[in-house]
Formats: sequence, structure tokens, C-alpha cells
Amino acid sequence: MLAYIVRRLLIAVPTILLLIVASFFLMHFAPGGPFTSERPLPPAVLANIEARYGLDQPLWKQLWDYLYNIVVHFDFGPSFKFKDRDVNDIIAQGFPISLTYGSLSFLVATAVGVSLGIAAAIKHNSWIDYFAVGLGIAAQALPNFIMGPILILTFTLWLGWLPGGGWNGGQWPYLIMPVIALATSYMGSIARITRSSMLEVLNSNFIRTARAKGLPTRTVIWRHALKPTLLPVVSYLGPVFVYVLTGSVFVDIYFSTGGLGQAYVGSALSRDYAVLLGVTILYGVLTVLVNLLTDLAYAWFDPKIRY
Amino acid sequence: MNKHIRTTLAGLLTSTMITGAALAAGTHPETGEALADDQTFTYRILDEHSSVDPQVVEDVSGAEIVRDLFEGLMNQDEDGNLVPGVATEFTTNDTKDVYTFTLRDDAKWSNGDPVTAGDFVFAWKRAVDPALSSPYAWFMELMSIENAAEIIAGDKPVDELGVTAIDDHTLEIKLSAPLPYFAQMTTHSTTFPAPQKVIEEFGDAWTKPENIVSNGAYVLTEHLPQERSVRERNEMYWDNDNTIVDKVVALVINDENVALTRYLAGELDRTEVPAGQFPRLQKEHPDEAISFPRLCNYYYTFNLSDGGPEAFKDPNVRQALSLAVDRKIITENIMAGGQPQAYTFAPEATAGFTVPEVEMASMSQQERDELAKELLAAAGYGPDNPLSFEMVYNTSEAHKKVAVALSQMWKQKLGVNAELANMEWKIFLEERGNQNFDLARGAWCGDYNEASTFLDLLQSDSGYNDGKYNNAKVDELLAQAKTSDDAAPLYTEVERIIAQETPVIPIYHYAGVYMMDSDVGNWPVNNVEQNWYSKNLYKIAE
Repeated sequence: MLAYIVRRLLIAVPTILLLIVASFFLMHFAPGGPFTSERPLPPAVLANIEARYGLDQPLWKQLWDYLYNIVVHFDFGPSFKFKDRDVNDIIAQGFPISLTYGSLSFLVATAVGVSLGIAAAIKHNSWIDYFAVGLGIAAQALPNFIMGPILILTFTLWLGWLPGGGWNGGQWPYLIMPVIALATSYMGSIARITRSSMLEVLNSNFIRTARAKGLPTRTVIWRHALKPTLLPVVSYLGPVFVYVLTGSVFVDIYFSTGGLGQAYVGSALSRDYAVLLGVTILYGVLTVLVNLLTDLAYAWFDPKIRY
Repeated sequence: MNKHIRTTLAGLLTSTMITGAALAAGTHPETGEALADDQTFTYRILDEHSSVDPQVVEDVSGAEIVRDLFEGLMNQDEDGNLVPGVATEFTTNDTKDVYTFTLRDDAKWSNGDPVTAGDFVFAWKRAVDPALSSPYAWFMELMSIENAAEIIAGDKPVDELGVTAIDDHTLEIKLSAPLPYFAQMTTHSTTFPAPQKVIEEFGDAWTKPENIVSNGAYVLTEHLPQERSVRERNEMYWDNDNTIVDKVVALVINDENVALTRYLAGELDRTEVPAGQFPRLQKEHPDEAISFPRLCNYYYTFNLSDGGPEAFKDPNVRQALSLAVDRKIITENIMAGGQPQAYTFAPEATAGFTVPEVEMASMSQQERDELAKELLAAAGYGPDNPLSFEMVYNTSEAHKKVAVALSQMWKQKLGVNAELANMEWKIFLEERGNQNFDLARGAWCGDYNEASTFLDLLQSDSGYNDGKYNNAKVDELLAQAKTSDDAAPLYTEVERIIAQETPVIPIYHYAGVYMMDSDVGNWPVNNVEQNWYSKNLYKIAE
């Protein structure tokens, strides 16, 4: 198992390197640059700026310097747009925010989604099932960019219960709406996957055997059916976890949370190269790690898998 | 220096003395309105500001913050007129190429240090220093400061910039060319002083709230990027006794509809009105929905470069397309925010600018349509030979609505096929800048309140002239205007030529369309550049 983990981590190094190189060139080949503006800068001014940021160097040299600074100084470079801050600042400020509302959303979506799915499967074709399926489909049809405005209208304007945005150090009144907005549609998907997976498991031979030997329903469900049920759910949760953790641009836009999602999309639009690349690397590393965790979780859920 | 220009301070000083006591009583010293206990002004900004470093800041919301944190030589009043800032007066010589500013002796930095002429010299040298590589270095070049251009280009050392501190309270500036409106340009954030000691101590981190030292009416006390920035009263500010608003909060809210909702929920004192919603809001909140002219234009530019479409080389075609645009439909039905219709390039609101009698403006739309058909037929286009071209705009709902309306008007009235194409902002700028277009959207907001900030876009060698319009007469008039004491007739003449030749289709001029809480006092609606200072605002008790 340990050897497996080490091997996976070693493979991750060239993967991330490839990601950096590919992103770096894609980014530089996109039309327009960080200093393309409606008021084009006079050539002398532009030349000074490019010299300051090393953008006048050949691309391979820029890439080399970039990698060198990361490895040697752990410095991910400056922001071209937000001149008072560098990439390390931006990630240090935005990532904890995304991490907070992201993990909460993940917990809410998973807990509610899995419970709904299981309840629906156990009480197949009852009103609970119909209710859960209905709720799941409705939730899935409400992505966060629809939920955001609906929540703000309801809880801020009409009811006046919650502040319409901001972060304020992550106090709970500021967390409720972002978490609901982000969790809802995932919760719907998780409920749906759990339900169909559970239904399939409940119809399988080993469950029939368990029932036949007279085990009470509760034991059958919790001891025998739950683990195999969750296998497809876990493979869905892996990427969802990365996605909610790295922040949602819509949550950041609607609730002014200050998370990384907005910084990511904003940096792509403003060609803020170092910010874009820095966040890409963070997302890449997280994806690799979470995939590894997902694979390890498989082994726990399914005894047939061994590393 | 025989010609002395003195800015009268006497009136201002007298009112200052009277008002000191009145503030404590909780009423406004001049208007007598009862003041609110909580003097906090909260407003929405679209996006995180680029910087609060005066020499580095390049966006509008950043400049608004910098204008509160720092104070330059001169300020603007509610109407955009020049009033003393750190400088109490200035003089210039006959040829208007040497300016001497006298600085007040009670101006202080927020750490208590005096603001001296040396702080300005340091800041201005910093602005042109290639090492800082300020994106606004060109502004110092525009101010014609001696050697600015050479220093930026790296041909001369920074020390040779034409600014000198004669003593702590006297600043002398030598210009490379006469500039009648030089003093107006010192209200721009690039020219604000910078605290040398603090910058040398903290480097790039000097603008963080825990490090920053500033000389304006406010100091930066909190900055949560992408969420909020807070500035609070600077007790060291020389005019602190007359400042009423205690605290200013800028909230970053990217989505304008969310911002409007939060405004309606009482979280904001000011926000922008999304396009098309003004009539409804004005009906529901007549005291709060306001609209006033801004110093910006919205236009479409023809590609007149060699690689541009042949059809557009004929002025008749260009004029026909401009005539057929029913601007009333666009301003009243699409934008619906009180925007003025545009028949000239520079907005009527521009200071010292007289709008020429443009023939098109006085015609009825029906007459315009008739003439458009005639002109297009004369150019050889008609049902058998329809005119076709592509029009590009940057991706946005509002721009799309305008573009669709234009193409429909041209289709229905003239049988012209205009194909729409939208592009992401940076790609759009690149394509337009490289003349890869037939007809492209454009908009421009004045850098200063003078018609040249707009008309220079049509000068043949301007870096902003994406349509590559080239008219020797226009170039000559604009060059004359640079040094003329009375440039207004020259600008009027330029507009007349533009109206005839139609290198651009002006569509409308911007309006500032805001929801403004009725308890905000003294918002400068008449300042067309919208250079507002929180120190001049106040909150009225409700």
C-alpha cells in the first residue's frame, strides 16, 4: 500500500510538469496579453513593463525562470493586474475561503444526498421515493448560478434574514447562502446516483442471501448493502470534491466571497499569466491528490480491490 | 513670471472657520440639514481595484480610492472646477511652460510628517522611472514635463525630470511645450505625492493597510481583496475639521443585478443601474434613481485602413449608415437610462466645448432615412447589389442589443446585410487594434475634461485610432488646439469635418445611472468626469 502511494506520488511529478508546460504555452498563444488594453500603452512604456516582468525574454526562458522561482524560492510570480499583490498572496487569501465554503458544501451535499438516495431506495415506489426523486431532480436543475440570485432575493431582499454577500472571516450568516448555492445541484446528483446504485445492490444475489439467512433489514442495509452502494458515489465525489474546494466562480461572483474561483476566471480573462498558472497548478495538485485518495477509498469500500 | 494666476482662498478659509463649531451640533454647516449619527458611506465597485499606489493605479475604482487616500496639488469641486489641494496657488510664465506651485504649510501625512515639495518630486520621478514601469507613465509625457519622454524611453536618467523643489513649499515644473491646462492635469492620481520613507522601508508591500501612509482625507484601514476595502478619516489631514463622512466602504460586487438587490435590501448607499431598468426604478424610487451626463461616448468605427472594405472608402456609404441609425430607439428603448443621443464624437457635457450645428441632428428620422437611401443608391448599392459587411463587438448583453438593433435598422431601411460577431474583450482589442474588422464597436471615457481627450482618437497617428482615419486638416486643427488659448472653435471645426466624413458613427453619450440613497448629501452630479471626493459628502439623518 505504501509503495503504491509513493509510486503514485512520483508519477504525479511529471504529470504536474506537463500540466505547467501545456498551460504555459496555451496561455501565451491566446490572443491578447496582460497589457492589451483599450488605451494601448505607448511602446516605451510597454517596453519598460515587459522588461520588469521578464515578458521580453524568449518563451523558453520565461518558462525556465518561472519553474526555477517555484522550485528554489516557492515564488509563483507577480500579478499583472493586482499590482499590490503577488500570486502567493492571492492564493493564500483566496484558497482558505474556497476551502471553507467548499468543504462545507461537500459535506452538506454528501450527507443530504446519500441519505435521500438511501431512503428513496429502501422505500422504493413509496411517497418517500417520489419525494426524494422529485427533490433530487429539482436540485440538479438548479445550478449555483441560478440558486445564487434566487437565494439573495429570498433571504436578503424579501425576508431580510441574511447579508447579501461578503465573507467577514467566514461567520455563519455569510456562509449559509454560498454553501446552499454550491451544494444543491451536487446533492441532487448524489441522491440520484445513491438511489439507483442502492436499488441495484438490493437486487443482487448476496443481499438475497443475507435476507434469506434471516438478517434484520437494518443489518442487511448497513452491513452489507451500504459499502457496495457507495462505490459509484465515491468515484463521483472525487472530482466534485476538487471542484467545490477550488471555489466556484459563480459563488464568488454572486456572494463576493473573495474565493479563488473568481481569481481563476478573472486571471484568464485579463491574461494575468502568473495568477492563472499558479491557480492551475494548485488545481492540478489537488486533482492528483484527491484522485489518489479516491482510489485508496475504493480499497476500503470494495474488498476485491487490493493495492 | 509676470502673469500671476491666483486661486482665491479667502472665501474658503472664512467658511472653514465658521463651520468648525457647527459640526459638533450634528447639522450641516452650510445647508443646515440634520446629519446622521453614522457617517458611513458604502458603495459598490464592479471589480477589485488594481492598486492604491498613486503612481501605479490604472482603473477607475482604484483611482476613486486613491483620490480619497491621497491629495494632489489641485482638487476638483462639485462642478469639476479647479480648487486648491495641497497647493494653495500657482503661477505660470507668459509662455506657459514653467509652472510654480505654492504648497500649504499645514498639509501632513497620516504619520504626522509634513507634506513637502520633495514628496511631489519623488512621486513624479517615480512615475516616469522605468524601474517602476508605471502603466500611467505616459500621463507624465502627456503633461509635457521636461525630459519625461526621454526618461521613459531610457535615454536620460530619472534625475533629469523637469521638476524641482525650490524649498519645502515651492514646486517648480518645467515643460517641454506650453500647456494651458497643465494645472487641471494635477487632479489626476498619477501626480499625487508618495511617501518616500515608507516606500523605501516596505517596498511593494507599502500599500498594505498596516504599512500605508497617505496625505488625503482618509487612510486605508482594511482591505479584503475581492470583498471590500475600508478607508477611515485621517486625523492628520489639514481639512479634517470640515470632513463629515467618517468611514467609506467599497464592496466588490461583480454582478450588477446582485448589487441592485443588495442596494434595495439597504446594504449599499450607491450602485449602478443595470441597462434598461432605469424607467422601472425611477417609478418605484423617484428619490433614488438618478441619471446625469458622463464624459464618455459609444460609437462604431469604420475600418478605413488599406486592408479595410472598399465600400467604406466612400463617404456616402458611411454617412448613409450613420443616418439610418435611429438613436432615439437605442437611448430610449434599449439603454433607457437618460443617455443623450450622439451626433458628435465629443459629448456635449465636455467643458468649453460647443457642439457644432450638425445637419443630421436637426433632421427628422424620416428625413435621415430618405437621405440615407439616396446616398447609398448614389454609391451604387441597392437591391441588386446589397452592401454586406461584418460588425464586431465585445461580448456583453448590452452591446449585443445595440448591435442587433443597428443591423435591423440597416436591413429594414437600406437592405444592408450586417453580420454580427462578438469576441472576448482581449481578442476584440487585438483584432480591432490590428484592423481585422469591417465595423467595430468603440467607447471612450475622457481622461480629462477637455474635448481633445476624445478628438485625439481621430488624429492620424494616434495609437487609439483603430479605424485609421486620416485627414490632414483634422491633424492640423488638433495640433493648433494643443497650444491655443481658446481651442473651442478649433474643436467645433473638427467635429464639423467628422460629421461630413463620418469616420465613426456616434450612437450615444454615457449617462451616470445610479441608485443613490436619498440620505447621501452633495453627490457631485455636475462633475462630468465623476471625480468625487468622500470628504465632500455627508449622510443626512433619516
